[in-house]
Amino acid sequence: MAERERSHTRPLGGVFVAHSQVLTSADVLRALTRMAHEVVERNGGVEDIVLVGLQTGGVPLASKMAEILRQIEAVDRLDVGSLDVAFYRDDIGLRPVLPEAVTDIPVDLAGKVVILVDDVLFTGRTIRAALNALNDFGRARSIQLAVMVDRGHRELPIRPDFVGKNLPTRREEMVDVGEDGVWIGSLEDK
Amino acid sequence: MTGTQHLLSVADLGPDGISEVLHVAEAFAEVERRSMPKVPTLRGKVVATLFFEESTRTRLSFETAAKRLSADVLSLAVASSSVKKGESLRDTVETVEAMGIDAIIIRHSSAGAPHQVARWVDRAHVINAGDGWHEHPTQALLDCFTVRQVLAERKGAAPDELGIACFEDLRVLIVGDVRHSRVARSEVLAYTALGAHVTLAAPGSLLPPSLEGWPVEVATDLDAALGDADVVSLLRLQAERGSGSFVPSLREYTAGWGLTARRAERLADRAIVTHPGPMVRGVEIASDVADLPRTVVTQQVANGIAVRMAILFLLLGGELQGVSEVPAVA
Amino acid sequence: MPEPTVVIRGGSVVGPGGLIRNDVAIAGSQIVAVAESIEAPRGAQVLDAAGCLVGPGLVDLHTHLRQPGREEAETIESGARAAALGGYTAIVAMPNTEPAIDSAGVAAEVLALGVGCTAEVAVAGAITVGRAGRALAPLAELAALGVTLFTDDGAGVQDGALMRRALDYAKGLGVTLAQHCEDNCLAAGGAMHEGSWSSRLGLPGIPAAAEEAMVARDISLSRLTGAPVHFLHLSTAGSVDLVRRAKGEGLPVTAEAAPHHMLLTHALVAGYDPVFKVNPPLRTDEDVAAVVDGLCDGTIDAVATDHAPHAPEAKDRPFDEAPPGMLGLQTALPIAWEVLSPHMGPARVFALLSAQPAVIAKLTATDPRRAGHSAQGGPVEAGATANLCVFDPGATTVVDRAGLASRSRNTPYAGRTFAGAVRHTVLRGEAVVIDATAQR
Repeated sequence: MAERERSHTRPLGGVFVAHSQVLTSADVLRALTRMAHEVVERNGGVEDIVLVGLQTGGVPLASKMAEILRQIEAVDRLDVGSLDVAFYRDDIGLRPVLPEAVTDIPVDLAGKVVILVDDVLFTGRTIRAALNALNDFGRARSIQLAVMVDRGHRELPIRPDFVGKNLPTRREEMVDVGEDGVWIGSLEDK
Repeated sequence: MTGTQHLLSVADLGPDGISEVLHVAEAFAEVERRSMPKVPTLRGKVVATLFFEESTRTRLSFETAAKRLSADVLSLAVASSSVKKGESLRDTVETVEAMGIDAIIIRHSSAGAPHQVARWVDRAHVINAGDGWHEHPTQALLDCFTVRQVLAERKGAAPDELGIACFEDLRVLIVGDVRHSRVARSEVLAYTALGAHVTLAAPGSLLPPSLEGWPVEVATDLDAALGDADVVSLLRLQAERGSGSFVPSLREYTAGWGLTARRAERLADRAIVTHPGPMVRGVEIASDVADLPRTVVTQQVANGIAVRMAILFLLLGGELQGVSEVPAVA
Repeated sequence: MPEPTVVIRGGSVVGPGGLIRNDVAIAGSQIVAVAESIEAPRGAQVLDAAGCLVGPGLVDLHTHLRQPGREEAETIESGARAAALGGYTAIVAMPNTEPAIDSAGVAAEVLALGVGCTAEVAVAGAITVGRAGRALAPLAELAALGVTLFTDDGAGVQDGALMRRALDYAKGLGVTLAQHCEDNCLAAGGAMHEGSWSSRLGLPGIPAAAEEAMVARDISLSRLTGAPVHFLHLSTAGSVDLVRRAKGEGLPVTAEAAPHHMLLTHALVAGYDPVFKVNPPLRTDEDVAAVVDGLCDGTIDAVATDHAPHAPEAKDRPFDEAPPGMLGLQTALPIAWEVLSPHMGPARVFALLSAQPAVIAKLTATDPRRAGHSAQGGPVEAGATANLCVFDPGATTVVDRAGLASRSRNTPYAGRTFAGAVRHTVLRGEAVVIDATAQR
């Protein structure tokens, strides 16, 4: 996700041009539901769980997963937060990225089980930055990673705990997860 | 979009640059609210503060900003009496740069000192923390940030949602010793770049000798101008910069130009009062008025760190949107 | 006619009548012939002057040579070399040295150091002891050494009564007092012209009134005493106007202007580079136009460089702390040529840089008190001393810091190009500059 963030977001920016659809929005919802069940199974329920969506792609997914978890476990509330890792990147001064949106972690993470939610897992650098950031909010009991798409090309030893779809891609391709499903495409200049 | 290497004047940024600073500062304001208000963003970078003029408050604000970004800080608080004037400035700067400094934050009593330093350095980024009567860019930026924060609070919106449109047609009244004020010069540039209307109010001897090219109006009647103002920016009489003898006495100044309780009553309910600090209660502002909720001095101070973090992050990241380079000498 | 030792061939001689294509023959220290085609005997030095103007050597009324006291910035020898490269055969050294030239001893020392240099060095004495503005300097003692010009330059004489007394005293001696017009109270620590730029840049300013107030005062004093007053480096439209009216009245006042006040304005201070800091400061476009007008209509009698070297460390300070002053000797004629030749013929340009300053400094004839000094300011004719400046209007002067003969580097024109260049300079018959290269 790091490269995509960098080239998509301010101050650089470019336009994603879709080529082919991999998942429909219905597929995405089904995958999220399955992953939600997996989270419950792995953790024996939703006690102490905090969902943290990565800005920006992971935030709507975390929100949706929280809704599903509340339904299946019949609980009223579930802690959900959002995290922007712009200040934790390992490439500051090379090609920096401006923060898209604010970070909001509503509870102390000490002793919690954090489910980090992102849309696309790529090199793993964004997740590394996120782990660094989460550390500053308290010592979590466990951090688990849920991603909608794992597109390969890892550069760091990071692996997801819950995956929507494994999708082999070429390095120069781009993957977009949005309201209309998951698409493979390329990045064009504005 | 051009990345500027230095922040010497508000004029180095355009409206886009200012907008970017305010945007990023919002994110750093959130970092400030955390129980551990520190991010590793500038780890390994070294920031040097060269303060040739006393100013604990501004220096600490910059140093805290750098430390919150995990940068290393070198602090050279050089009182001008202990250093031979001027001759050591170039030597000091070149030594400091040779040590691998990434940013030099300089405050000096001579206008233009940061510009000269910028010519002497190769790599380091120079940030003007106040040069004589000329400018104090980060102060003007944090003033804008604070004003937007207050406006957003009133609307029940997030400041970022307001963007910079909230400054369009805002009526800003700057009162006091404009002639000797670097805050005034920076504020005029910042507010007018954002589309606000700026009016100056001061005794004739405390206005600059020439206002040619200044996009401002001058209020001849302060009391009448108060009612229209959305923001009243109060300046200090710069006694240490020689403005004491420009008015017959402090008492006369306060009577004519101070924000007394009586004058404060003329302000619209929506008016915000800012002051770069430190306030001299009883001179430019009455003590009671200083404590009103509309006087946002403490907010300004708190926001100073977030705004300075934004400047450091953007400059050292090489992406502060600028309009031009350091002017080339003919 | 004695055998020529130097022949200047192919140039056009500048004279009151205009330009006449003529060669010039020199024997020893004298011009022996000015004629259309002169044979150069074997062994004679031939200076090619094709396409060039051959005029009288330039005379600078206003040079700071810094010796004694600030030799790191300039010495009499290095300053004279810069002068020669600029086409000057005589320079008047200003007295704000350390110690000041306020005694016969220091004056004699400077005169002695000037002997053998590549330009003749005359000396201006201080008006007051130490240039402190409190007590008169020994003007008569200095006049006995041949000093004809006195000034506290660097500062103006603030006390009107003292200036009046000095003028009365000077009148009796037949010398001229020159004033650096600056009212210190009005100028009050200013670092540049007070105006739109100083307000924007946040620098303290020197208002035009600081100069004009003293110009007006000294015009009144000249009227009162009948003594001549020479005004140094006029820089404001108001000053030029005051002098114009004084001359219209017939008062014995003269004035000079510096090349930088004919060309540069306060807008250049925008980058806070102290190379543009000078006193009087660079002013507005209107002031520059008024100075040029004054040179054209005779209000201003001379172009004087106010050559003010400062070592690099001195200028490397914050703008308000740096000393004021710019180099000027090597660039004066090209600048004057570029600015003035659209308005006047070559004879008048040379008059402003040579003949008229020579008259004001009383250097037009030899003086037994000034041993080794020759007559300056032309005309270029047989029998006259061979002090000559050969100027090529078709060449260009590229101002390059490395090419400066001065010990200092503070020229505001670095990187600029001017139309016209000094090609040769002849001092008392010796070619001290050949093809823009100093011979010693």
